[in-house]
Amino acid sequence: MVAAKVGSKGKNGTKKKGKFFGEVFIVRERCKGCGFCVEFCPTKVLALDEAMNEKGYHPPIIVNIEACNGCDLCGLYCPDFAIHGIRHRNKEVG
Amino acid sequence: MSKETNKEMNPVEPYLRMDRMPHIWCSGCGIGIVVNCFVRALQKSKVDINKLAVVSGIGCTGRIAGYFKVDSFHTTHGRPIPFATGLKTARPDMNVWVFSGEGDLVSIGGNHFIHAARRNADLKVICVNNFTYAMTGGQVGPTAPLHSIATTAPYGTYDQPFNLPFLAESSGAVYVARWTTFHVRQLVKSMQEIKNKPGFSFLEVIAPCPTIYQRRNRLGDGLAGMRYYKERSKVVNGADTRNVDIKLGGDIIVGKFIDRDRPTQLEAMDQELSHKLGDKYVPYPTGVER
Ligand code: SF4
Ligand code: SF4
Ligand code: SF4
Repeated sequence: MVAAKVGSKGKNGTKKKGKFFGEVFIVRERCKGCGFCVEFCPTKVLALDEAMNEKGYHPPIIVNIEACNGCDLCGLYCPDFAIHGIRHRNKEVG
Repeated sequence: MSKETNKEMNPVEPYLRMDRMPHIWCSGCGIGIVVNCFVRALQKSKVDINKLAVVSGIGCTGRIAGYFKVDSFHTTHGRPIPFATGLKTARPDMNVWVFSGEGDLVSIGGNHFIHAARRNADLKVICVNNFTYAMTGGQVGPTAPLHSIATTAPYGTYDQPFNLPFLAESSGAVYVARWTTFHVRQLVKSMQEIKNKPGFSFLEVIAPCPTIYQRRNRLGDGLAGMRYYKERSKVVNGADTRNVDIKLGGDIIVGKFIDRDRPTQLEAMDQELSHKLGDKYVPYPTGVER
């Protein structure tokens, strides 16, 4: 299975302010649509897709990547190991 | 285990038998969250996975052992604690974890549970409590709240449920905590503490079972269960465990309740027999890395 590569890295290192930024990885086909990640993401980065995956569930999509701080709560809450977040320090951008 | 994990790879992947995915757990089941928290705790405390054993009994939670890519064993129903006790006795250098459901651990295996706690066997016991025998179709379990509906109690249960932290404390456990699957950071922290704690540690994790328990009791889906935990859990660290019983529709008291020290089963044996037999006794080769 291939992770949907949806990073939040700004172009040419011009990244938003703040110490951290996040990157989220979603494996659509593993998702069972429980909605935990969407509900408990503290900064409301995610929403459930209207389209379904091949199992017939609605997986999360990223609607506001700028808000992601890479806390990985989505990764902790996902019972199906279908999403996780990674935190980067802002100076890593480049 | 290689540290060279790809950032696109879910953090659990190096620890699980991914060839066995997708797992059997339903949409909105809480058991996968317990797996996530355990993996984060292992990563943070830099556990040597060659010194790690995961043992489970039968049931939905009992599947955890089969999914872990470490020395793991899926025992018969109710028997993970005796198996784990034997494993720990033969290999005292290993970190031995038991993951199982409440039906397996405190009903079918209830006698093993109280005696391992009494002896202070050096085991880390994680009990996923979803209030029912889920895999076998929803019979009344040992923690089913009074008046809840089950297939074997279609008009509601009338038997007093176990209050697991109280049971564990009074049986002799040295560490007792309860969290729900909403409390992911606290679960990671408790698991890290348990990793370093000699003796019988007990962690109860309240988890949603939308398919069997919640559907029959009209408690909604997995997300409804999680929202309930968020709204109705009260953190009371150090609470008197006599007062943490769970009522249908009531608050859930969570927290770390007990953290105390006494000699483990093997330490007690060494002390007693060294005292009685002197030089004739060869002490047990203990010494797990903590
Ligand atoms: S890493 Fe944190 S902020 Fe980013 S999507 Fe996941 S839960 Fe939301
Ligand atoms: S938590 Fe996991 S299974 Fe649930 S909707 Fe999000 S990605 Fe899908
Ligand atoms: S039956 Fe209940 S406990 Fe078993 S996998 Fe489904 S939701 Fe989880």
